[in-house]
Amino acid sequence: MLDLLAGFVGELRAAGLPVSLTENIDAMDAVRFVPLDDRTVFRAAMAATLVKRPEHRPAFDAVFDAYFAVAPFAGGDELDVDLGALLDDALRSGDAEAISRVARLAVARLAGMEEGRGVRGSAYVFKTMRMLDVDGALARLLAGAEWLERDDLTGAGLRLRAEIEAEVRRRLVAERGPQAVARSVRRPLPEDVDFLHASREDLTALQRSLRPLARRMASRLARRRRVGRQGRLDFRRTLRRSLSTGGVPADPRFRRPHPHKPEIVVLADVSGSVATFARFTLQLVHALAGEFSAVRTFVFIDGIDEVTRLFAGTDDLAAALTRVHEEADVVAADGHSDYGRALGTFWARWGREITPRTSVIVLGDARNNYHAAHADVLADLRRRCRRLWWLNPEPRSYWDTGDSIVSEYAVHCDGVFECRNLRQLEAFVSQIG
Amino acid sequence: MADRFESIGSVRDGLAGVDYLADEAIAGVVFLADRLDKPVLVEGPAGTGKTELAKAVARWSGSRLIRLQCYEGLDESKALYEWNYRKQLLRIQAGEGAGTSWSDLEDDIFTEEFLLSRPLLEAIRADEPVVLLIDEVDRVEVETEALLLEVLSDWQVSVPEMGTVSARRVPLVFLTSNGTRDLSEALKRRCLYLYLDYPSVEREREIILARVPELPGHLAAEVARIVRSLRLLDLRKAPSVSETLDWARTLVVLGVETLDASVTESTLHVLLKHRADIAAAARTLRTAG
Ligand SMILES: Nc1ncnc2c1ncn2[C@@H]1O[C@H](COP(=O)(O)OP(=O)(O)OP(=O)(O)O)[C@@H](O)[C@H]1O
Ligand SMILES: [Mg+2]
Repeated sequence: MLDLLAGFVGELRAAGLPVSLTENIDAMDAVRFVPLDDRTVFRAAMAATLVKRPEHRPAFDAVFDAYFAVAPFAGGDELDVDLGALLDDALRSGDAEAISRVARLAVARLAGMEEGRGVRGSAYVFKTMRMLDVDGALARLLAGAEWLERDDLTGAGLRLRAEIEAEVRRRLVAERGPQAVARSVRRPLPEDVDFLHASREDLTALQRSLRPLARRMASRLARRRRVGRQGRLDFRRTLRRSLSTGGVPADPRFRRPHPHKPEIVVLADVSGSVATFARFTLQLVHALAGEFSAVRTFVFIDGIDEVTRLFAGTDDLAAALTRVHEEADVVAADGHSDYGRALGTFWARWGREITPRTSVIVLGDARNNYHAAHADVLADLRRRCRRLWWLNPEPRSYWDTGDSIVSEYAVHCDGVFECRNLRQLEAFVSQIG
Repeated sequence: MADRFESIGSVRDGLAGVDYLADEAIAGVVFLADRLDKPVLVEGPAGTGKTELAKAVARWSGSRLIRLQCYEGLDESKALYEWNYRKQLLRIQAGEGAGTSWSDLEDDIFTEEFLLSRPLLEAIRADEPVVLLIDEVDRVEVETEALLLEVLSDWQVSVPEMGTVSARRVPLVFLTSNGTRDLSEALKRRCLYLYLDYPSVEREREIILARVPELPGHLAAEVARIVRSLRLLDLRKAPSVSETLDWARTLVVLGVETLDASVTESTLHVLLKHRADIAAAARTLRTAG
């Protein structure tokens, strides 16, 4: 058991989870008190000792499922059962037993898993889902369903998929061992997902971690504005207080300093190559809008347009972003990024509105398609604003290669930051408040 | 140290007995906290029963509940102890009048009588079994968090004027957090971690039945499903368990017998707090028939 646990913890660490020595020991202690055969409790005990961030839970579960898989379904196929009818019943009732029975039978009958074939589990899951025609069955049942039934059915569908995945995984584990299976399902943690190479699943995970991140950052920024709250001693109030203690200043009072919120202008390249990055960064900045005295957003490709109004008065940032793409006038010539031209247009039309209170953030890879840089515009801009930062979603080693001209702009900036994932984005935002 | 809890099942049943519906995972972590003598850090969305868990454990196990409510600016003097300055000053003034020597006075004013014991010290000094609830710990500053960590690690406090006080018995500790900021890695390492998400439809139905027994059973199931579906909408603030219970109570007061779309729509404001959310939910109700 302890060996298995050591392998498990090793794999968690390999997946990026920060498991400390203390936590490892706690997990080993916990094993003495919880029944191994009760998977729910055992999983909860391992999670309680080893994972301390909800965003890391999916990664934990994937490894747990590989290491502590129960044996796969051993019974033969019950050839006489009608899988289709069973499927409908399971989806309709949402009953856990029924769902897992369908999953086991379906994998046995339809997945076509053979020993020694080094295929990733997802192919078998896909095949089973398609042969069983889960989507078709769901569509049929959903047709006549009302609101609540729809959510019941969709939920049952998701649980069925999870059960099929689990059964496929059990079989793979039985054949190839936990480590190989855990590795094959390893994914980057949400905070490490590279904006430029995110898969659809990654994007969903990213999106989910954005809200809690924004909340955390907002309170961090607010808190920081308040530090030094116990500012200088307020002599008069302290004296007044001391009257009740016979003139002894037992209860010192302090002045509150005046907090100030920065004013932010964001210029975002939204061309295809960096659109995901722009999307997440804009969402984060707008989710934090309350922490700034004003946020104005401009998007560009070779033309540039202000889209602040699309974010005003809505909480649905995703919808606002969709509108940005539909409504913003960002193409002036050929629809390939032209930083020089976009910056020039910005400066000509809105430059006068930049003040010494404005902090400007440019988002983009500075891949200029060999157009003219017009870096002098940035120099003018820098002279008028409070701070000028540039966030680049490309790895530092790619900067200034090919048509990237980061350095030409960097000389005019207060800082250029590599910003490939949420972790780096968070680090940047926490220092601008 | 004697264990408080017999088994995971007994924790779950015990909590159910005081109307707190825990699932296997929750009961397992509470059980483990007792066996490993470790604090539990409970995080999760608002109103999912974090605070109530600690209270329920205290209620069921017959322990004394000591609560440290955290807020920004909470410091040692409010968390641990402080000297009662006013009383000390009065004593000094009285003593000076009577000609008492300073050293006698000093011995006198740093005694039990002048000590204001705050929740942490209170928990350490208690003779009886204690459940210590450190509520909303994410609100304190980093320095106070360090103080908490120290106490939770050593279970002793030194009062320079009086000496060191050690716990006779390590309390069962629950820290709750709404995750408005990251707690230090050190504090997290010290704790078991429990993430309390919204309950499953089935468990929420049981919670409703336990807390609002006047509501007919079939309505409880319906309420749980509707709340589940509302949480699936992309709302500013999803309904919490407390709001589910408020809604259930509202339905009882209104004497509702069948929950149709129009009853639901006219009482949505009990569940949802933002106008935009109410509008979005109403739209769904109307189109979904
Ligand atoms: N599992 C449960 N069993 C019974 N009642 C519950 C349960 N979970 C939540 N409740 C009810 O929901 C209400 C809200 O719970 P509680 O105040 O503990 O939430 P919380 O997670 O501490 O919220 P906040 O983050 O806002 O402090 C409680 O009054 C309790 O009645
Ligand atoms: Mg609470």
